[in-house]
Amino acid sequence: MSFLNLFVAVPVLTVLGIMFTKDLKGTRIVSAIGMGIQLILAVYLMVFYMSQAGVNNLHEIIFQSDSVWFPSLNIHYYVGVDGIASAMILLTAVVIFAGVFASWKVDFLPREFFISLIVLATGVFGFFISLDLFTMLLYYEIAVIPMYLLIGIWGSGPKEKSAMKLTLMLMAGSALLIAGLLGLYFNSSAEGGPLTFNLIEISKITIPITAQRLFFPLTFIGFGVLGALFPFHTWSPDGHASAPTAVSMLHAGVLMKLGAYGCFRVAIFLMPEAAHEMSWFFIILTATSVIYGAFGAIQQKDLKYINAYSSVSHVGLILFGLLMMNSTAIDGAIMQMISHGLMTALFFALIGMVYGRTHTRNVNEMGGLLKIIPFLGVMYILAGFASLGLPGFSGFVAEMTIFVGAFFHNDMFHRVATIVVVSSIVVTAVYVLRVVGIMLLGPVRHKEHLKLKDATWFEKVSTVTLLVSMLGIGLYPLWLSDTILGSLQPIMEKITMYLH
Amino acid sequence: MDIQYILLLKHEILLTLAALIILFAELFLPQNKKRGIINISLIVFAIAAFAGFVPTETGTLFGGSFQASRLTDVMKDILNLAVLIIFLQSTEYLKKSENADKMGEYFALIIFTLIGMDFMISAGDFITFFIGLETASIPVAGLAAYDRYKRKSAEAGIKLILLASISSGVLLFGLSMIYGATGSIYFNDIAKNITASPLIILGFIFFVSGMGFKLSLVPFHLWTADVYEGSPMNITAYLSVVSKGAAAFIFTIVLFTVFKNITDLWELVMYALAVITITVGNLFALRQDNIKRFLAFSSIAQVGFVLLGIMGTGALGMTSVVYFMLVYVFTNLAAFGVAEAIYNETGVETISGYKGLYKTNPKLSLVMMLALFSLAGIPPLAGFFGKFFLFTSAASHGYFILVVIAALNATISLYYYLLIVKAMFIDKNENPIAFFKSSGLMRVSLFVTAIGIFVVGFASGIFEYIMSISSLIF
Repeated sequence: MSFLNLFVAVPVLTVLGIMFTKDLKGTRIVSAIGMGIQLILAVYLMVFYMSQAGVNNLHEIIFQSDSVWFPSLNIHYYVGVDGIASAMILLTAVVIFAGVFASWKVDFLPREFFISLIVLATGVFGFFISLDLFTMLLYYEIAVIPMYLLIGIWGSGPKEKSAMKLTLMLMAGSALLIAGLLGLYFNSSAEGGPLTFNLIEISKITIPITAQRLFFPLTFIGFGVLGALFPFHTWSPDGHASAPTAVSMLHAGVLMKLGAYGCFRVAIFLMPEAAHEMSWFFIILTATSVIYGAFGAIQQKDLKYINAYSSVSHVGLILFGLLMMNSTAIDGAIMQMISHGLMTALFFALIGMVYGRTHTRNVNEMGGLLKIIPFLGVMYILAGFASLGLPGFSGFVAEMTIFVGAFFHNDMFHRVATIVVVSSIVVTAVYVLRVVGIMLLGPVRHKEHLKLKDATWFEKVSTVTLLVSMLGIGLYPLWLSDTILGSLQPIMEKITMYLH
Repeated sequence: MDIQYILLLKHEILLTLAALIILFAELFLPQNKKRGIINISLIVFAIAAFAGFVPTETGTLFGGSFQASRLTDVMKDILNLAVLIIFLQSTEYLKKSENADKMGEYFALIIFTLIGMDFMISAGDFITFFIGLETASIPVAGLAAYDRYKRKSAEAGIKLILLASISSGVLLFGLSMIYGATGSIYFNDIAKNITASPLIILGFIFFVSGMGFKLSLVPFHLWTADVYEGSPMNITAYLSVVSKGAAAFIFTIVLFTVFKNITDLWELVMYALAVITITVGNLFALRQDNIKRFLAFSSIAQVGFVLLGIMGTGALGMTSVVYFMLVYVFTNLAAFGVAEAIYNETGVETISGYKGLYKTNPKLSLVMMLALFSLAGIPPLAGFFGKFFLFTSAASHGYFILVVIAALNATISLYYYLLIVKAMFIDKNENPIAFFKSSGLMRVSLFVTAIGIFVVGFASGIFEYIMSISSLIF
């Protein structure tokens, strides 16, 4: 029995606990305690991994546990984590913890809300600990369906349409994914030996290039839909904007990274030859995501839409970095996964808190809020600085590393793509600072806003957790960067093997 | 004749005894205790079904006309289980005053069809197969017309008997051509002599057309929606689960044993049928408001998925089909159970009538939601595992594009399943269906199906057992 199974067991027990609570207070307390325990476990995992890494075992997969599930198809329940997965688990735990506190005031069917939210998180945690393709697919799809209920019941605006669009597009992505994973399975043994769903086993062999050419696009696009790969990103703006706060936090912060992680861990890792052949096509798509998201964000007046498009842009950058297929760029991409995850979660949390007070998300209808709600205002400014890549925050470290890694390719195509992407990311400054200027500074637009109350204790817990995590990476990134690089070593060996 | 040989026929004998006991019991019950027949029938059938679960020897009878293997035993057990759940759900319907004089016949007719299906599944030659098929089809027409005073029910009965007769005729014609070409009606003999000669191809086409009617494959599906809508809800459930299930089982068996050597021929046919069946089923389900028509089209699409499993051939193909039908039994009967409970209480059978159901009847809504998600193939419910293994079976022969098409169609199907979830959970309604408690037996059946939806997926032992017994044969 692996320690990692706790990451699935604790949320499941929390859900069962919530079913027995009698009132709103009980629901909140059980959720907070459950996700608090999860956060402690995640921190412990990270610390344990790093301490073990210090003994020169940087790239080992720890806490492995393998039990056969369907012997005739060689499906196993196989779990294990390396540094990258541990970091992602830590990200998820931080975001869901902050999300529970950001949802403190949900009072319509609160039990169902928290149950759906934590079931969603269970799927995510399960995905990160799994190393068997079938189990990964199982958890991946668990993480999609509660979205429909969460957005459709507790969302705002055109919530039913957004929820349906989001759910259907993500499931369509997983439809492609099923075919891709089955393709990997049936090509998973070199000379007619036993087939397997085991990720590590499959990584040890080279899949025939003809098969790769079919299954790499299927798998990459399948995961990429969740990572808002252009042109499959259209679920994202409406979905994030209509979703309730904690759901946006979790989705933009973690689930989109789940897609990028899948692209990396399954598509690129197992099929590097095809990845290399087809990277030009996907680089064009991801660069388009970056540009499209950035310029789309400039156009928006609704805070949530600004942040949603911004997320499309930044997650596009993650995929872009992954496709560069060298150590530096992928290291940067994974750091960006974590950094942007925290940052966008913080943004959505703050937007939810502001909306809860002003009941508008239109930037032009708010002004001068910095003096009225200083805590939230300062938080927003800090989050904005992190978003535009100010040094001292994690965003700078991640983005810089991606660009350096991208620049290692000295051919014209990569250089042009990199320059385009860098320019678009800079556009982030425009929409971030403009929002800060209009909403936080400047004259007060509505007299009622003068009476707004500043952050409550649970809102402070939520936002400070996220901010501290961001500073922890931004001010001293080495602990994270080294962990990731160490875990990347064996993966990079496989990815660059074809070069030899 | 050993007792052992009689035991090969255990399902058929038990069911025949059960039907006869029920018929005679009804005769001898005193006038004021007529309702008791319902409980007597339930108990008698439950005993017959559970006795059938006990595994016995395998073998052949009557010179090869009757083949009993563990696989056919499991298939018959699945059908028995489905019928047991349907019986549990039917009790409220039978207690209605208009059914006071025909309670016993309901059980007897269904059990007679089951006997026919059991012979069909165990058939070793085409004559036994055809006799079983007819025995299974004819009583259903009477069951479809059970609501004597409703025009739609009579219409359903007529449509069913007419189309069943025509399709049986077509099927028989095909079988006669195959006999003409190979000189035998026995599956094993035909399999040895089968080639891709024009006469056999023609016979095969007629065979598939006849079976396509029973399975509601497109383009043989036109009867499905009207018959499902007109029949009483329990018979709709029966048609959609038991009738289809038996047809799927025997179709797979015949394809894998008789037509084994011309696989390249029929794999393409199945490919085309699968694509159009799933697509048409989905497209028409999108527009339905009546829950019975909705579930009719949904079940058309589901059978299209079963064709994917058939394309895998071999043990994996057979296992994925049998396993999926087991999952389908629990899933579909959960959905029909909730619809039946609501219909019995309020007469509402439209999706727009279900709006706001969660506020008043949360448990029913949850069971329906579980059933719908399982139909859509969402983990961790059993439907996900069922669909995934069907896809694995098709992929094992390299049909990856077909898997993509089918999986995308599953996404489209998710849309219309979510419409019901949306109606129950999200939409507002000024007068939603009031809170009611369904009957005890109905609640038992819903509980059993809900548990089944969760357990059948995770408990890998079920799939593995089916795989082990399929491997013995294929």
